[in-house]
Amino acid sequence: MPEATPSDSTTESQNGVQIDLISGSRMEGLRSMEKIRLILDGVRDGNIVILEEGLSPDEESKLIEVTMTEISPDDFTGIEIESYPHEEAADQSFLDRLMGRESTKKLTVIGPANQIETLHKDDQLISALVSRK
Amino acid sequence: MGLLTNLKDSVSRVTDRLFASDDPKRIGIYGPPNAGKTTLANRIARDWTGDAIGPESHVPHETRRARRKEGVDIERNGRSVTIDIVDTPGVATKVDYKEFLDHDIEKDDAIRRSREATEGVAEAMHWLREDVDGVIYVLDSTTDPFTQVNTMLIGIIESRDLPVLIFANKIDLDEADIKRVADAFPQHETVPLSALEGDNMDEVYDKIAEYFG
Ligand SMILES: Nc1nc2c(ncn2[C@@H]2O[C@H](COP(=O)(O)OP(=O)(O)OP(=O)(O)O)[C@@H](O)[C@H]2O)c(=O)[nH]1
Ligand SMILES: [Mg+2]
Repeated sequence: MPEATPSDSTTESQNGVQIDLISGSRMEGLRSMEKIRLILDGVRDGNIVILEEGLSPDEESKLIEVTMTEISPDDFTGIEIESYPHEEAADQSFLDRLMGRESTKKLTVIGPANQIETLHKDDQLISALVSRK
Repeated sequence: MGLLTNLKDSVSRVTDRLFASDDPKRIGIYGPPNAGKTTLANRIARDWTGDAIGPESHVPHETRRARRKEGVDIERNGRSVTIDIVDTPGVATKVDYKEFLDHDIEKDDAIRRSREATEGVAEAMHWLREDVDGVIYVLDSTTDPFTQVNTMLIGIIESRDLPVLIFANKIDLDEADIKRVADAFPQHETVPLSALEGDNMDEVYDKIAEYFG
C-alpha cells in the first residue's frame, strides 16, 4: 500500500488551514534530512505540522539551520515551534530512568512564522492562533 | 610525491592530536538576539587583550557573522587559562526583514541585514554541532527564559556533552530576575552579571577558568 503524503493544501481549500499530524512510526523510517524536508515542505505550504514524537536535538539544530537558509523576503520568514516536555526527561517513567532509556518523545507543533500569530505554551497545553494566508 | 605529502599529512595529524589538549578551547557565546553576547565578548576581550570584538547594538541581529578572538589569556589565582572566544549571531527560528524597518533602517538595507542574519545563524548552528569545545549561554534576565529557542539550544548543547555555563545578564536593570533564569535550567550553573556595567566579573572569570580551563 502506498504511503499517504500530506496533500497539497492549495488544491483543497484556498482559505482553510491544513493541519498535518505526523505519527512517530511515519517519522521513524526517515533520515534526518527527510524529516526536515517533510516538515519544511508542509510549513512552507502554510500548514501546521504536528509531530507525535518530535525531533532529536541534532535534528532540531539542523531544522534551525535549514530554516535559516530558506528564509527569503516576502516569501518565507521562518518557523514557530513549540514542544513537550519542557524539561528533558520530565515525563520519563521510573522504568525508563531505571533502564537508562532516554525519552525523546515530545509532541511538537511547527508552523509558518508569518501565519502563527501567537504560539503559547503552558504546562499542559500548546495553543496556536493561526491566521489564514 | 604523493607518498611524501601523505606522510606529511599523517605526521601533522598525529602532532595535531598530541598537542590537541594544549590548544586553547574554543568557547562559543550563544543565546537569543539582544541578550548581550557581544557586550560580554567585548568586555572579556578588553579586560584580557585590550581590544574589542565587534559592535553592540539594541537592534536585534546586530551580530550577523560569528567573530573570533583567539588566545585570550585569563589569569586566575596565579594560573592562566587560554581560550578562543567566538561571539555568535543571536539564534532565532524566524527572521523578518520588516522588523528592521521599525529601527529606522531602509528596506534594501533591512533585506540585506536579514539575509546576513539568516546566514550567520545557520553558520552558528553548524559550528555548534562541529566546532566548539564549550558554551557560554547568555540570557537577558529581564526576559522570560522559557522559550523554545532556549530549550532547543540547551538540549542541543547537552546532547553534545559540551560544558556549559548560563549567564544571566543585565542584572543592573530593576526587572532582572536571576532566580527565574536559574529555575529554568536547574541542571546547569547560572552566573549573574552585567556585561555592560561590569558587575560580578570576578565570578564570571572564576567560572570560565573552572569550566573551560
Ligand atoms: N542594561 C544592560 N544592557 C545591556 C547589558 N548587556 C548588553 N546590554 C545592551 O543590550 C543591547 C544588546 O547588546 P548586544 O551585546 O549587542 O547583544 P547581542 O546578544 O550581541 O545581540 P545580537 O548580536 O543581535 O544577537 C545593547 O543595547 C547593549 O548595550 C547589561 O548587562 N545591562
Ligand atoms: Mg551580538
